[in-house]
Amino acid sequence: MLEVNNLAVDFDLQGSPVPALKDVSFKVNQGETVALVGESGSGKSVTSQAIMGILPRNATIRAGEILFNSPETGQRVDIAQLDPESPQMRQIRGGSISIIFQEPMTSLSPVHTIGDQISEALFLHRDASREEGMKLTEAMLQQVGFAEPSRALNMFPFELSGGLRQRAMIAMAMICHPSLMIADEPTTALDVTIQARILKLIRELQAELGMALLLITHDLGVVANMAEQVVVMYHGRVMEAGPLKHLFENPQHEYLKALMHAVPRFDLKPGERLVPVREIHSETGALIDKHPSDQLPNASEPHLRVKDLSKTYHLHGGNWSSSKTRQLLAVDQVSFEVERGECFGVVGESGCGKTTLSKIIMRAITPDQGDIIYHDGRQAIDVRALDGDDLLAFRRNMQFIFQDPYSALNPRMTVFDILREPLVVHDKGDMDYQREMATELMRLVGMDPRFLNRYPHSFSGGQRQRIGIARALALQPALIICDEPVSALDVSIQAQVLNLLKDLQQELGLTYIFISHNLAVIHYIANRIAVMCRGRIVELAPRDRLFENPVHPYTQALLSAVPHPELSQPLSFEAITESAASEPALWQFPFTIAGIEKTDFMDLGDGHFVRVAVGSKPSDLAA
Amino acid sequence: MLGYILRRILTMIPTLLVISMLVFVIIQLPPGDYLESHIAELQSQGESVDENKIQFLREQYGLDKPLLHQYWVWLSGMLQGDFGYSFEYDLPVTEVVGDRLFLTIIISIATILFTWMVAFPIGIYSATHQYSWGDYGLSTLGFLGLATPNFLLALVMLYFANVYFGTSIGGLMDPEYIDAPWSIDKLVSILEHLWIPVIVIGTSGTAGMIRRLRANLLDELQKQYVTTGRAKGLPPGKLLTKYPLRVALNFFVADIGNLLPTVISGAEIVAVVMSLPTTGPILLSALQSQDMYLAGSFLMFLAVLTVVGVLVSDIALALLDPRVRLGGGVSK
Repeated sequence: MLEVNNLAVDFDLQGSPVPALKDVSFKVNQGETVALVGESGSGKSVTSQAIMGILPRNATIRAGEILFNSPETGQRVDIAQLDPESPQMRQIRGGSISIIFQEPMTSLSPVHTIGDQISEALFLHRDASREEGMKLTEAMLQQVGFAEPSRALNMFPFELSGGLRQRAMIAMAMICHPSLMIADEPTTALDVTIQARILKLIRELQAELGMALLLITHDLGVVANMAEQVVVMYHGRVMEAGPLKHLFENPQHEYLKALMHAVPRFDLKPGERLVPVREIHSETGALIDKHPSDQLPNASEPHLRVKDLSKTYHLHGGNWSSSKTRQLLAVDQVSFEVERGECFGVVGESGCGKTTLSKIIMRAITPDQGDIIYHDGRQAIDVRALDGDDLLAFRRNMQFIFQDPYSALNPRMTVFDILREPLVVHDKGDMDYQREMATELMRLVGMDPRFLNRYPHSFSGGQRQRIGIARALALQPALIICDEPVSALDVSIQAQVLNLLKDLQQELGLTYIFISHNLAVIHYIANRIAVMCRGRIVELAPRDRLFENPVHPYTQALLSAVPHPELSQPLSFEAITESAASEPALWQFPFTIAGIEKTDFMDLGDGHFVRVAVGSKPSDLAA
Repeated sequence: MLGYILRRILTMIPTLLVISMLVFVIIQLPPGDYLESHIAELQSQGESVDENKIQFLREQYGLDKPLLHQYWVWLSGMLQGDFGYSFEYDLPVTEVVGDRLFLTIIISIATILFTWMVAFPIGIYSATHQYSWGDYGLSTLGFLGLATPNFLLALVMLYFANVYFGTSIGGLMDPEYIDAPWSIDKLVSILEHLWIPVIVIGTSGTAGMIRRLRANLLDELQKQYVTTGRAKGLPPGKLLTKYPLRVALNFFVADIGNLLPTVISGAEIVAVVMSLPTTGPILLSALQSQDMYLAGSFLMFLAVLTVVGVLVSDIALALLDPRVRLGGGVSK
């Protein structure tokens, strides 16, 4: 149905052409799912834009053809030859081929209702009266899983959650029953349980309408569960293409092999390392030492103890004319201990309070109640009671690595200034020391010290994240909080940074609190894991216990929703239900919190705890 | 919605009260009052001063009373529609202002319409044809408009209008119509003269608006939802007006509140240069001669315009943007 032959696209950057696609060829047959796999910058999205005729203004198709056989008209057109704004192309776009984008937050207009935006595509391409159109739109919304489609018609995108917005987006792409749908990273911005439901929805709709799907993704787990054919792209070229089974079992090209080894999987053997596509080498120097945990008098004390932390936010009411406030429990009675030298993982979906928790520990947000006790090996420090100079001195013990490497570094400071800043703030050493320290930090994160005079913009995302890590290490802290440090990075880079963090922990004897929404990443790096949902820790266990024997329904839902990059462990789409596992009201006894005043941890032995209603017995769990 | 508007109107009352105090205090700030500067002026011209009349006026308007009392008299008068008495013109303020206020409003509205009509197409063209010759040319023109002082432009325009169209210099109508009763001919004469001050006063505002509209629209054109619209197969014109332009309008609506007072107060120098029969020149002289009731009434008029303008733009914004209307204080 779609045949791309020797497609080449150039971008015009300040007068000189930069090739984005070179000699790309592949086919999509009717009703088939083809996955286009590659890291960012590999040309996957440019390919989809070329097919849709929505390339940016500075891009031109230099060579090749995009042949599209419309099943409705039976005509064969070369999209590459069509003027993108011609009526014929506009009819194909949205009518025969439609697209859904990655970001459901920004892909919909904020000032038009969902119904308006969805029905618009219908009115453009199909003969339908206003009334019919709205009825069809409502039916479509029902089909993509809106509980109250008639109400949703008049809602605005900002009133919907990310998952519902993506459903609206899918409804918009499906409303004309296109013969090909392009899904450009449709679930990358979504939580794992919602991702599983959206993938299920796409599959069902695809089967129902018999349309072809071109799935663009970097996630091999999604590929393994969705695709029939796979096209692997790298630097604007097709590296390898073929049936899914063939490619996954017997990858030929070095790049695909490397990619497969770089993805964290649940079945990694103890001690097995990920192999990044590009390896980096960390070197320790004279200035930064391992924290001598065995020489401390009280080394066996927990490094950090958090007890009963709670934080409530007050939001203004939903309507502009009312002054009512709504309460949001961001963190609710969170207690845990972090042992010296371990990596304590915190996993949960967006909005579960994990970032708020980390900021409370860092003293960036003041909790409503609770205690944070830090033990430096000699004495216990009450973090919440610190003030002024004591607080400043304490901050050397605990540092932070941020999620977004693009906004975490000041674009107006050189790398040297960025690395030196903590030393200046804490008045550590003279200029010579600081220069030497910065050089050593660069080597430590596997970067060339000659880059010290550059500005952040000249580095890639992975390199920036390493600079962020180096900055966190400048004061030689004993505890580092990593807030989603790899979620903004490509899979190949992700392995690199994870390995670096692991090595640094070994070499420097660091303790980590590692926050992530990605279960595979948490599985790879953490020793003990706390699962958070709606501000509460619902389950806490050593890694293997948690993954082998999850007890809490939320943990179970989370684990079953992860798409594995293995053909042998397909997602069981039948088991994925529409009910939200992250909705505490739907949990069964003894996990329910509805109508129950207090919940508490039940000890299941071996450091495995699960949150249940007070008074329930271990025998209740089996039920 | 109604409750909101009512609350907004209620909060306008203390705002205006505070402004009235500020206005009064600032006018009273220079030493002396109108009568004193009037006496000084007469004496410097060697004329005698009628002590009795001065004394009468002083008592009549309470100038010998404490400040607070004077303020109260002024404020309570205004509330009853009595804006006081202009010493300089020897007339009640309402009579001095009268026609001038009407003409001021005509010029202001014409200027605003001119600004919109010129700025909109140019701004949209510049944004959709970014870095084209048209964009560069119009931007250069816009910068020239921003940079040219209004009074200079006024003089140049007057000269050319007189040479090529035979329009009389200055004023808003041919001299024979001044103080004449309203008639069709008078209106035609006004329209003949109107376009010069409108262009002069509107130029810099237009240029500024072109730049802002262009910048806002460029931002919006980059957004993902525009691509979504394209991917639906929308024709370019409809795509532009339905999505990015609609969102880019927000800034424009938010601007309405500032527009009225800027146009009116920005026109004063031009009005003096072109000797327009608007309120500008009177305000200037009233401030100079400490003709306090006249000046105070003017400033209050401007204040009311600003406050009402902001209210209007807030309501319009809420009607236009559902995020304002329904979003409340919820952040993501």
